[in-house]
Amino acid sequence: MALASTLYRTLLNKTSTTAVIVIVGALFYERGVQTLSDTIWDAYNPGKQWKDIKHLYEK
Amino acid sequence: MAVILNTLHARAATRISLRTFRLPGPCKVTRPNALRSLNTNTTATGSSQSSRWRQILYTTGAVAGVGAIGLYYALDQSVKASGLELHPPAYPWSHNGFIKGFDHQSIRRGYEVYKQVCAACHGMKYVSYRELVGVSHTEAEAKQAASEVCIADPMLVEGVIQVLDGPDDTGKMFLRPGKLFDRFPSPYPNEEAARAANNSALPPDLSVIVLARHGGEDYIFSLLTGYMEAPAGVVLADGMHFNPYFVSGSGSIGMAQALFSDMIAYEDGTTATQSQLAKDVVTFLSWAAQPEYDKRKKASIDVSSVAPDGRVGVKGLIDCPVYCPKVLLIMIPMLVLLTFWKRHLWSTIKSRKILFRETIKPPKKS
Repeated sequence: MALASTLYRTLLNKTSTTAVIVIVGALFYERGVQTLSDTIWDAYNPGKQWKDIKHLYEK
Repeated sequence: MAVILNTLHARAATRISLRTFRLPGPCKVTRPNALRSLNTNTTATGSSQSSRWRQILYTTGAVAGVGAIGLYYALDQSVKASGLELHPPAYPWSHNGFIKGFDHQSIRRGYEVYKQVCAACHGMKYVSYRELVGVSHTEAEAKQAASEVCIADPMLVEGVIQVLDGPDDTGKMFLRPGKLFDRFPSPYPNEEAARAANNSALPPDLSVIVLARHGGEDYIFSLLTGYMEAPAGVVLADGMHFNPYFVSGSGSIGMAQALFSDMIAYEDGTTATQSQLAKDVVTFLSWAAQPEYDKRKKASIDVSSVAPDGRVGVKGLIDCPVYCPKVLLIMIPMLVLLTFWKRHLWSTIKSRKILFRETIKPPKKS
């Protein structure tokens, strides 16, 4: 609980610092979500996508 | 007198203008007369009459609303059950399901089938050759396909359909082989020519046929593989064929059976049975109708879809609602964060205390 309080005081007490955290966090979160989403999609669609068959046709 | 105490912390107290104050006279809070009639709990005769009417009105409205919804549903059901056509069964397409995309090898084979079998009569005037790149063909292959046969205003020049382009510097129109940005050619220049060549039947354009027919992929597949001898007693007009799945209901269709086993040789060596041909061409047509299919399923909640060049389609909710991984990964954390944020903002209101201290003096009896 003390950790939460100190974190709040240092980071989230001001709008300016919160905004920075939100924007930077969104950048990394978006990247992470994209990667995870792609992994799940690839797991459920093995061998069906163009990237899996293009090696057969590219010289 | 009524005393309202706010146990707010300093920051919130500055925002809210309520302060401690004193009401003159007795502390029992009385409502102004104008507001009395809105109180549905009052027992005054005038108010109860109007509230009773309001009750009747609301009940009638609710019954009418439910009735209207039921009527609409019943009518919609009856519209679907029209004619004697055979309802196509549900096939286990590889792209059916929440997180399933197209089989792109099948799309490639389907393009082969379309080009060699169907393109003789059916155009796909809303599909461009560039859309094949990165989906079922490499850029070089798509360019090759485009240059062999092409585009709007086809003019047959020595067996190769070329594009009418221009005008050039002298003002003349000229022919050129197709390019990636050109659309698939239509075999006939206009509807009249199409009908003249096909016993007055118009072969429909196949760009969005999978979305334009009730039953979608299942219907097209059943139609292509469902040709049979007309049953005893059914008389077909000249040039018509029998297909129990055709939407006309009578089973009489202008198109002859087009798919036969081993009619073409697949490039990748797959055995070309009739059902394989039908499955591949229907997958190709499904992709053509919804080229954004994979991306849409990956990313978003969607009922209706609009392809980049304006083709519009509607696909049922079964095809990718909230269960898409990206949506889950974004919407659920957002929901959690927003809940906490809302509770933070409302904490000042929700943690205030209201204290009522009655200091009423009994009214003087006169």
